[in-house]
Amino acid sequence: MICLNIDGIAVEAGEDMTILEAAQSVNIRIPTLCYMKEVNEIGSCRMCVVEVEGMNKLPTACNTLVKEGMHVQTKSERVIEARKTILNLLLSNHHRGCFSCPQNGECELQELCYEYGVEESRYVGTRKKIERPVKDSHPFLCYHPELCIHCQRCVNTCAKVTGRKAITLGKTGMFNIIEAPFGADWDTTLCESCGNCAQACPTGAITEKRKKNYRGWETKRVRTTCPHCATGCQMDLIVKDNKIVDVEGADGPSNHGLLCVKGRSASFDFIDQEDRIRYPLIKNKDTGEFERATWDEALDLVASKFTELRENYGGEALAGFACSRSTNEDVYMLQKMVRTVFESNNTDNCARV
Amino acid sequence: MSKIFLADPQSCDVKIGRLLETFETKVKAYPPGTCPLTVQLSLLVASKNQTCGKCVPCRDGLPQLEVLLRKVLEGDATMEVLEHMRSLAAMIRDTADCAIGYQTATEVLDGLDVFYEEYESHILNHECLGGMGQKVPCINLCPAHVDIPGYIALIGEEDYAGAVNLIRKDNPLPTACAMICEHPCEQRCRRNIIDDAINIRGLKKYIVDQVAADQVAVPKANRSTGKKVAVIGGGPAGMTAAYFLGLMGHKVTIFERQKKLGGMLRYGIPNYRFPKDRLDEDIRAILSAGDIEVRYEAKVGTEIPVEDVYEEYDAMFVAIGAQAGKKLRLDGIDAENVESAVEMLDRIGNGEKPDYSGKNVVVIGGGNVAMDAARSAVRCKAKEVRIVYRRRQEDMTALDTEIESAVMEGIELITLQAPKSIEKTVEGACSALIVQPQMIGPYDKAGRPSPVDANKEPQRIPCDVILIAVGQDIISRPFEEFGMEAERGVFKAGLDTAVLNKPGVFAGGDCATAPATAIRAIAAGKVAAHNIDEYLGYHHKLYCEARVPDPKENNRIPTGRANITERPAYIRKHDFEHVENPYTYEEAMQEANRCLRCDHFGCGVLKGGRDA
Repeated sequence: MICLNIDGIAVEAGEDMTILEAAQSVNIRIPTLCYMKEVNEIGSCRMCVVEVEGMNKLPTACNTLVKEGMHVQTKSERVIEARKTILNLLLSNHHRGCFSCPQNGECELQELCYEYGVEESRYVGTRKKIERPVKDSHPFLCYHPELCIHCQRCVNTCAKVTGRKAITLGKTGMFNIIEAPFGADWDTTLCESCGNCAQACPTGAITEKRKKNYRGWETKRVRTTCPHCATGCQMDLIVKDNKIVDVEGADGPSNHGLLCVKGRSASFDFIDQEDRIRYPLIKNKDTGEFERATWDEALDLVASKFTELRENYGGEALAGFACSRSTNEDVYMLQKMVRTVFESNNTDNCARV
Repeated sequence: MSKIFLADPQSCDVKIGRLLETFETKVKAYPPGTCPLTVQLSLLVASKNQTCGKCVPCRDGLPQLEVLLRKVLEGDATMEVLEHMRSLAAMIRDTADCAIGYQTATEVLDGLDVFYEEYESHILNHECLGGMGQKVPCINLCPAHVDIPGYIALIGEEDYAGAVNLIRKDNPLPTACAMICEHPCEQRCRRNIIDDAINIRGLKKYIVDQVAADQVAVPKANRSTGKKVAVIGGGPAGMTAAYFLGLMGHKVTIFERQKKLGGMLRYGIPNYRFPKDRLDEDIRAILSAGDIEVRYEAKVGTEIPVEDVYEEYDAMFVAIGAQAGKKLRLDGIDAENVESAVEMLDRIGNGEKPDYSGKNVVVIGGGNVAMDAARSAVRCKAKEVRIVYRRRQEDMTALDTEIESAVMEGIELITLQAPKSIEKTVEGACSALIVQPQMIGPYDKAGRPSPVDANKEPQRIPCDVILIAVGQDIISRPFEEFGMEAERGVFKAGLDTAVLNKPGVFAGGDCATAPATAIRAIAAGKVAAHNIDEYLGYHHKLYCEARVPDPKENNRIPTGRANITERPAYIRKHDFEHVENPYTYEEAMQEANRCLRCDHFGCGVLKGGRDA
């Protein structure tokens, strides 16, 4: 255990904790922008700088480990001034069309500028003339270079978490550029379209295209489990006017905020399709047409038919195959019904889509 | 499929390597007289371009510093811009992740302090401080501002007497400088941009090897002014002052403490580096300039009161050098055969060569005097000679070529060992030097890394003779008592060599700078002569009959610098004869032809371009 002092508060921290984690453990907030725990700890934005007694420099809290007896100040004048200058520099190269940005209201850069009172940059950006094309040929994702702050969250998410390395770091002279695989050749790249990069992006540089259909503040979130496979990823359905408009990965035990392309982009838009069956239907044998029925009528019919089959031919004649989009609990219920009610072991699940 | 590969010999990094070498030479050739803010900008741009692009302060902050600095240079800044630069640079220094960011910001911050007045001038007056303006590198960096392109051109014309004359316009010791000058003139030679600096000293040596200085008549002296000037000390500073004062028509008396003139050129620098018969050529020429009298073995300050000289003469130039070897406070320093290197060299200069046959000699120090003493000891038949130095070899103040020559002659360098004490036999003779091992540490204020005691046991270096070469002191006391101000023995004199509060007294050379180089002493003698002339109420201009030839077209073909070779170490170390071989005619002509004639092409023709 390491004892240190942060903003006058005595803190006990684990030996492998960073200053940021130690501060968070006592509810002291240190602003971050590029930081993603275990994914992006490169300290590129320098927003989390703090003052540490005895150190000449202002170390970054996100990747500096605590030390015994450390005295940390997270809000000294020197620190605040440094953060303001950093925001000024970031803003100088950032296109400030916030009104038309899908990330408006959810942009971390916007929030920090608001918090630190930075409305206009005092600098004229030096990389503004480097015109990189917007990449938006991909069906779900698009990249706007003029909004990018080069924090590397997307690059490291793609490389370390998704494991694709589809987003790479390029160079134009002294500037780094993000090579986002959303151009015309998107379908020949390593990109799996999972969209974890868009979720990682602190600004509107990489977004899901559907994000244009809503504003963050108009929506509510509903936590659910992804219906696709048995992994059980947790996700938030983004709901506007009682309609699901987007999906975001939530921090579940099996997915830690990540989703695959199916979970993120293929699990909700069918909900409001016109041809979706919304109530039980029973086929009229005379007309050959399906007719609306009550749940009781429908279930009674199914139960009676299955019972008849079991009586006449034995349970072995029946089988139950669960849909892979069902939750583990539903699948469990199905196999239980097959074994106990059908009296059959003929049960399975495709477990993948 | 292959998974790993060797580095590509044709990669950009390899090609950049070559470009960077060119870049280095470009920096080396930065012309004197450049506005410091433009150098600061070059440095900032170079640093900015090294960013990896990761961190905001460096990748986005350094370009903004550049924008601000350009504003200053373009006359588009207010004083607030300076404060803005300072706060932005401080932020980058504090928050950048690596040295590319924080060191660059530190350099900008330092520059804002060091060149504050220059910044102010650009902001308030939209111009550089006075005195700025590009100058011919070699002429400007030579302390005596000798017309180097001029005499190199005369070599091309094979007019060696003309070359001697042209040199003597600013420096009456062409032979001395041909042999032992540290040639600061070569430092920023524009030829560096193409291949390498011109071997200026080598060319000068070729001149005096073709025609001895005393075979070229000095200009006719002006008619006598009737004024009497005393020059105390017959070293390079004193002789130079005497020469020019003599030509101006003043009566000069040189008070020389030794039996012959030359100072450290004779009694410090060994014959193998500067043969004394060659020194005599310069001296004979100097003494032929007007009315110069030399009073040998005249010890001003001890036997002749300084006051008396001051009273008797209309003006006085103090150029007493730094003649006393610095002492070390060590246990056993009183042992027999422990001597200052300066004294040992002085004895050799006076013809008393010590016999070190069968002896182990240790020299303490890392300067040129240490090398001279060690190499002289080898020539005095020492069995083994070692140099003990408390810092590293690269920290030695001796010229690299001197160190290299010493090593070639079999001298061992024992570095990072600080003298601790001297071990004596019962008879009182020195038997060993005890040294404390050192480790190199942080840089000191002067910008050199300082050694500190290493956690190691002291060691014993057996020896029969110890020569101490840890610097020289100025015997300043009699002159301080006379009323000349000094700081740690170094006389205080202005850049005009005039001594404050003592009208008519001038001081220059080692005694006013602490031990330095011959050419700096020569420059002091020249400056003193002209200012003494002014003080005496004259404005003499000296006539030089040598004419600088018209320039030829630049030779743009990269050509190696012709180095001066030395006699092989195994031969030369047995005698005191000159170690250097002469240039051939072809070598000299090729080298002379490399000169870019910056006195004509480029800034040399601008008003002030040739000025020192």
